[in-house]
Amino acid sequence: MKIPFLDKLFTTSELLSNATPDRKFVSDNDSSEISVENLNLYIKGNHILKNLNVQIPDKKITCIIGPSGCGKSTLLKTFNRLIDSVEGLNVDGKIMLHGKNILSENEDLTHHRRKVGLVSQRPCPLPMSIYDNVAYGCRIHGIKNRKNLDKIVEHYLKAAGLWEEVKDRLNTPAVRLSIGQQQRLCLARSLAVEPQIILADEATSALDPISSKTIEELFVNLKRDYSIVMVTHTLRQARRIADYVVFMYLGEIVEAGEASQVFENPQNELTKKYLEGAFS
Amino acid sequence: MKHFEEQMMRFLMFVATLIVFGFVFSIVYAILKQGWGSMSWDMITKLPGGGFYIGKEGGFLNAIVGSLYIVGASTILGLIISIPVVFFLNVYLKSQSKTAYIARLAYDVLFGIPSIVYGAFGFTIMIYFGLRTSVLGGIIVITLLIIPIFIRSMDEVARNFPRDILDATYSLGATRWETIAVVLRQIAPGIATATLLSIGRAIGDAAAVLFTSGYSDSIPTSLSQPAATLPLAVFFQLSSPIKEVQNRAYAAALVLTIIVLILSILGRLISSKFSKNKL
Ligand SMILES: Nc1ncnc2c1ncn2[C@@H]1O[C@H](COP(=O)(O)OP(=O)(O)OP(=O)(O)O)[C@@H](O)[C@H]1O
Ligand SMILES: [Mg+2]
Repeated sequence: MKIPFLDKLFTTSELLSNATPDRKFVSDNDSSEISVENLNLYIKGNHILKNLNVQIPDKKITCIIGPSGCGKSTLLKTFNRLIDSVEGLNVDGKIMLHGKNILSENEDLTHHRRKVGLVSQRPCPLPMSIYDNVAYGCRIHGIKNRKNLDKIVEHYLKAAGLWEEVKDRLNTPAVRLSIGQQQRLCLARSLAVEPQIILADEATSALDPISSKTIEELFVNLKRDYSIVMVTHTLRQARRIADYVVFMYLGEIVEAGEASQVFENPQNELTKKYLEGAFS
Repeated sequence: MKHFEEQMMRFLMFVATLIVFGFVFSIVYAILKQGWGSMSWDMITKLPGGGFYIGKEGGFLNAIVGSLYIVGASTILGLIISIPVVFFLNVYLKSQSKTAYIARLAYDVLFGIPSIVYGAFGFTIMIYFGLRTSVLGGIIVITLLIIPIFIRSMDEVARNFPRDILDATYSLGATRWETIAVVLRQIAPGIATATLLSIGRAIGDAAAVLFTSGYSDSIPTSLSQPAATLPLAVFFQLSSPIKEVQNRAYAAALVLTIIVLILSILGRLISSKFSKNKL
């Protein structure tokens, strides 16, 4: 996987596959489309996600919109199986990725989560230095060589637009960064383990306008190489950057389609009302 | 007017701080003044000789070693028992659960119980089982004494733990153990502080060991033998009518103070090294 908008120093997949020969990577032209089939999710008997069917396109920005409590975060957490830690969980249906059902029992969780990065609402740096935050994921996946790590850290801090601001203080604690910088650090950290899909749950809602603009622009650049699925409450943001939109309401997908089509010409009354701001 | 009030408040705060400093200084001064004269290499490297308690030769190495044995073992035992409790309270129980509420109330009560009561309790149990004063008895009672301190301070750490860290590491493909390693980085300063507080309380407590570990002029070679401790070395020698022996009590107090001081500094160093990166 490459990031064309940056001067290409190297391809990290080479580094990664050298270091971890047991990890097989899906080649670049293999599509990372996610296909959700009859997904039902219950928490302690409550029907949270109701028979969802949707295709999330590859290398596009997909925005999930909908009122609070409709299940957006839950859906996102199901994509990288963070939802597994919830008590009283019951899921049926399928989520197909690369021809495999990621919900199946024998899915290698750590491997899967690595392919699906998550950027959360509030940035959560790990209790370590800026450098170690980015290197952490690579280290746990077997890259120990300091030179390789140096390259990876620089590469992804550049990809997240943070390098210039932190290159002289890589060894200072990550918590000393501003919130906006922390969020970009979290993005760099996610990118460093070479995901194919990036999930972002209201990733800009805790940020100031300029920082969120920066993140938005990063996403637009990143979609050449990654599929991006983001939850947002800001319809304007969705209008700005979404290629594909999924509108959810009370655990159901009401409407999904090309952004231009959903925004300009919504098929469903509810979608229309939501877009007009009749409820939120 | 406003300005005057502020000056006044400042002055009062300054005086209060001064009083605290004054206490620390006068305690150290009193101990040094009375204890320094009796302080010698022999005091901390030799066992009490015959007639030590009437002012003849020897030292109180027995008490130093006894204290370190008991405190070391209790700290380890205390950690081993408290960590699962804290895990249970914070990971398995919901914060609003009744069990958690009752458990927290229980350790708050335990926290407030004076150490002489722990000592008496330990003594009763030992009599019941027909045990004599021993290192083991001291270790058990001191462990009981510091468990509430451990649990209380670590529970605080756990309750303030940012749970997002778990999601963040799992999302990177970390295994459970790799995640625990990150969690430890976050809570290490808290554990260091908790340990320090507990050791400080454990090493200085006389009442809890009085009936349980007893006193002995030799270094114990098994858990069932009694052992001397520094606080009791202070206590017994201070109650002697002989001036020289009284001064040795202050020498023992000095050693105790120095050990606590070293531990405090060590604890601070460790905790600031770890908490640099803490969220
Ligand atoms: N761990 C849980 N236990 C019980 N119910 C849950 C849990 N997590 C989510 N829910 C329920 O699932 C539903 C969907 O929650 P979710 O967080 O996915 O909503 P959301 O669309 O992300 O809302 P928001 O926009 O406010 O973030 C809600 O009704 C919520 O109460
Ligand atoms: Mg949400």
